[in-house]
Amino acid sequence: MYDFAYQKPASVADAVKLLATGPEAKVIAGGQTFIPVLKQRLNKPSSVVDLAGLGLSGISVSGNTLTIGAMTTHATVARSAEVKKAIPGLAMLASWIGDNQVRHRGTIGGSLANNDPSACYPAAVLALGAVVKTNKRAIKADDFFQGMFTTALEPDEIITAVEFPLPVEKSAYEKFRQPASRYAMVGVFVAKGPAGVRVAVTGAGQNGVFRVPEMEAALAKSWSADAIAGVKVSPEGLNSDIHGSAAYRAHLITVMARRAVAAAG
Amino acid sequence: MAKISLKVNGKAVSAEVEGRTLLVELLREKLGLTGTHVGCDTSQCGACVVHVNGDSVKSCTMLAVQAEGAEITTIEGLAAADGTLHPMQAMFREHHALQCGFCTPGMVMSAIDIVQKHPAGLSEAQIREELEGNLCRCTGYHNIVKAIAAAFPLMHQKHAA
Amino acid sequence: MPFEGIGASVKRREDGRFLAGRGRYVDDMNRPGQVYAYIRRSDRPHARIKHIDIAAAAAAPGVIAVYTGADMAADGIGGLPCGWQIHNKDGSPMAEPLHPVLAIGKVRHVGDPIAVVIAETKTQAKDAAELLVIDLEDLPGLADIRAATAAGAPLVHDDVPGNVCYDWHIGDKDAVDAAFARAKHVVKLDLVNNRLIPNAMEPRAALGECDVAGHYTLSTTSQNPHVIRLLMGAFVLHIPEHKLRVIAPDVGGGFGSKIYHYAEEAIVTWAAGKLRRPVKWTAERSESFMSDAHGRDHVSHAEMAVDESGHFLALRVSTLANMGAYLSTFAPSVPTYLYATLLAGVYKTPAIYAEVKAIFTNTVPVDAYRGAGRPEAAFLLERLVDAVAHDTGIDRVALRRANFIPADAYPYQTPVALQYDSGNHEMTLAEALKAADYAGFPARRAEAARRGKLRGIGISTYLEACGIAPSQVAGALGARAGLYEVANIRVHPTGSVTVFTGAHSHGQGHETTMAQLVADQLGVPLDQVDVVHGDTGEIPFGMGTYGSRSLAVGGSAMVKAMDKIIAKGKRIAAHLMEAAVEDIEFKDGAFRVTGTDKAKALAEISLAAYVPHNYPIEELEPGLEETAFYDPKNFTYPGGCHVCEVEIDPETGVTKVVNFVAVDDVGRVINPMIVEGQVQGGVAQGIGQALLEGAAYDANGQLLSGSFMDYTMPRADNLPNITVGTEITLCTHNPLGSKGCGEVGAIGSPPAVINAVVDALKEYGVRHLDMPATAEKIWSIIQANRPKMAAE
Repeated sequence: MYDFAYQKPASVADAVKLLATGPEAKVIAGGQTFIPVLKQRLNKPSSVVDLAGLGLSGISVSGNTLTIGAMTTHATVARSAEVKKAIPGLAMLASWIGDNQVRHRGTIGGSLANNDPSACYPAAVLALGAVVKTNKRAIKADDFFQGMFTTALEPDEIITAVEFPLPVEKSAYEKFRQPASRYAMVGVFVAKGPAGVRVAVTGAGQNGVFRVPEMEAALAKSWSADAIAGVKVSPEGLNSDIHGSAAYRAHLITVMARRAVAAAG
Repeated sequence: MAKISLKVNGKAVSAEVEGRTLLVELLREKLGLTGTHVGCDTSQCGACVVHVNGDSVKSCTMLAVQAEGAEITTIEGLAAADGTLHPMQAMFREHHALQCGFCTPGMVMSAIDIVQKHPAGLSEAQIREELEGNLCRCTGYHNIVKAIAAAFPLMHQKHAA
Repeated sequence: MPFEGIGASVKRREDGRFLAGRGRYVDDMNRPGQVYAYIRRSDRPHARIKHIDIAAAAAAPGVIAVYTGADMAADGIGGLPCGWQIHNKDGSPMAEPLHPVLAIGKVRHVGDPIAVVIAETKTQAKDAAELLVIDLEDLPGLADIRAATAAGAPLVHDDVPGNVCYDWHIGDKDAVDAAFARAKHVVKLDLVNNRLIPNAMEPRAALGECDVAGHYTLSTTSQNPHVIRLLMGAFVLHIPEHKLRVIAPDVGGGFGSKIYHYAEEAIVTWAAGKLRRPVKWTAERSESFMSDAHGRDHVSHAEMAVDESGHFLALRVSTLANMGAYLSTFAPSVPTYLYATLLAGVYKTPAIYAEVKAIFTNTVPVDAYRGAGRPEAAFLLERLVDAVAHDTGIDRVALRRANFIPADAYPYQTPVALQYDSGNHEMTLAEALKAADYAGFPARRAEAARRGKLRGIGISTYLEACGIAPSQVAGALGARAGLYEVANIRVHPTGSVTVFTGAHSHGQGHETTMAQLVADQLGVPLDQVDVVHGDTGEIPFGMGTYGSRSLAVGGSAMVKAMDKIIAKGKRIAAHLMEAAVEDIEFKDGAFRVTGTDKAKALAEISLAAYVPHNYPIEELEPGLEETAFYDPKNFTYPGGCHVCEVEIDPETGVTKVVNFVAVDDVGRVINPMIVEGQVQGGVAQGIGQALLEGAAYDANGQLLSGSFMDYTMPRADNLPNITVGTEITLCTHNPLGSKGCGEVGAIGSPPAVINAVVDALKEYGVRHLDMPATAEKIWSIIQANRPKMAAE
């Protein structure tokens, strides 16, 4: 990778200041996607600002909100008793991201800010109608994801936490893994909670995570796997590569959604 | 260049590193701990797994500067001072869970973490799932799975018969 | 003391260092003053090199030198040699185009090395390599063998018309044609044997050194250091062998991919000589994908002529084999003598004719990968036999039994050159069917159907040839090297033993198995025997490890060397005990005078040999050390039966291997634990080929599966437990009776897996599918045949 200046600020304000020093100043959270990108020399940052010293890690439930700090690792979320109790599907999803080693380093904030089209977290955040908190504002999930590797974040904006509205009545995630990389080829999160009934799909779409309104309508009427068995997703706009055609991915969306609904009970 | 201080296998060390220096480069090239291997460049193979503050981590996917103040354990730090093998190392030998030895250090470090994180028990299917981050081309994993299952009671003495 | 001799599952002695992180692989080595090489490779499949501007790279920080193909040519360095010459049908030699070490004029595949940057640090070398300005003019490229043989296809080498390396055949065409004319059934099958990328976990590395006296040392990730020394010294760099030492230390897996002499070995050795500094190169995994020799990549058409009762009358095969852009070291032998000669398999098919065209394409060179030719033959044959069963309605087990070479027919001459020495296919079949509970399968299938799953079972009864090979035979077939093996056995004065072997262990556990063999035969404790391998500076000229040959050939050389030790020991013992040599017997580590209680331990004899005060010095030289070169009389022929059971999720197309049984006849076993591990690892690679792995190129030759992100390596959760059994017939022509076990797993398993998948899908009208049987491929088949199912 290209060399860069490494900085580890102690406050969000300092971090923002460091990011403002230039367009090529980049944030590192867990680094599990960012470091591989750097190793491939696909990114040439002037400086890398590490958020590990900002105290942004932790999980808490307060009133009708589950808050997960941006620097909380996937492993922590997967093992959290609070998450398992409040939104079991979210813990399930976190336990399937990458492998053990990735989960020990990778963070929810990093995953969302990167918005890799085959990342798992965007599906949960969108399906649960979560709110992405930054140093500047609160961004609704519906507004946050803006296409592949693109989000509503401004260059000097840092995710500090993600708030999930409670109570969540049903939640589950099913993931069909790309066989080589094990990233989501199709990941479907189904939820019934304060944001209503939602079905969010990651991995399949050319523009990242998206919802499936026909499935949501069917599930709102009757929460059962059978209710969506007949919903066919169009392959248009879906990814196609050596691991799966758009038609195959479209088919898998329905299969994974049904299985997720069944798993949610 | 930045100066970092950390603990490796119980010993305090410090080193000058570039921002881009990976933890595995620090271990192999600056500290001479060549037991930790590099088998890929996409964070997939797990030959480089070490423990960072008690968690298994791919040392090819962590900057050395991020290890400031951390406690690192590598394969070289597992055996007792008198050479007595860690139960996981011993079971790998007992069950022929290694052939060429290249994936072995990362595999052993991952395996220890898996057993430590599952005190209540581990099924064969769970072991296979938990090994997702480690590739082996020699063994077909059969004997690795056996070795981990055999190390489980040794590491959780209370479960031992 | 526990039993540690032949047949004991002794724990491996090499494990101590590997488990402690004290293995010593090439990239672990560092020398004072060492510099680093980074190789800039082609990212285009096929292009003309118009200009290379090295100025900016050469001026970058830390850079010591930048070299291109022109620099090597200026030093009189030509191309990388090919070690096997095939002749065309008309007797003319194969096309053997120049394989430059660094590209000259054109690049011919993604990964073709163009220039090397040498710098003080690895990072500086890589940073500077980016500053090379390489002006390429794209040419049309091709990756697919069929496209490469089409009229008007672009030429990979301007001097190779039609991209044909050779057009070769074997067998009696007239006899085959006659048999087909009278056949009741003719069963046809088209098959693709998918291209694989070996991916030993240790990426290749090379460290070149040259001392003030002009002695070179190359430390390299090799399966055969002497072969590298010969090829590189004599044919590439023109360094006489006494001035070139090649060391292959701990090597992290090979599977064939580390047999060959690669460009990087020559580059670092040559550069070390020019710069008089140690030069190290270590592949990044992405470089491995585009520079390690790939495996397989055949397209075949096969036809079997069958009589009314299901007997095979004749087999006709036509194969296109991809050589890649250049000839790798042993590439031409793979689709010919390691493939077509195995097409009889375990069957008494009386007439066989095969023709093979080897084709150049704009892809990474293809060479031997675990099994090498034999997996391709076994896949073709075992799939074809299932197709015969499918088309004729004869039960596939009964069909195999009806056509087996009977156990009492050995030695058996096949119609494709080989003479099998021993085997018992009924025995391995019966044992495998029992271990897999074949009889209970219908009930398991019905139970799976109730869960909505498609369950299938498949078998393969295969045979392979290994322990390569008689040098004269190999030479007559085009080998440019001998294929014996060497052992030097040094009994030290106090009776401990060091064994120097020309074989090389890169995971096989030779340090344990070979010590067991020697300890057993010489009657000394196991801990008194050490095995040394992998260094041309220490061991006599040996051929290395590939083709499952280390025990059958290398172990036989040890037996020969021990015979000499024992013969000499008897003469010393006769002298010491004042007996006739004919009256001395060697047993349990001691020389005894027959019929008396007089005896001398080996250690007493060796001490006398090295301190020859009371010694037959007029007749015998002092010392107790012997060398034997063993040239095998024939190939060895392991075989067996693999049974695979799969379950398919029809909704997703995902196949899960739920049971795998391998019963193999590998001849005499020294260490069952190690043999079992070899078979399990081979089966894992075979399941990988069948279900997961496949190198993907686009039509022009751009590599699409260039990392572990896109090339599916089998992981722990892709694989089942693998039940291994052995049923033994001894090899009749080597002194150990051993056949070999390194490749059987990878040879027998792919057809067993695909036969199981086809069986699971039989209600969908599936007769064949090519590897890898990915989830999407299976889902598509199910989708396409659903209407048919619904209509029935």
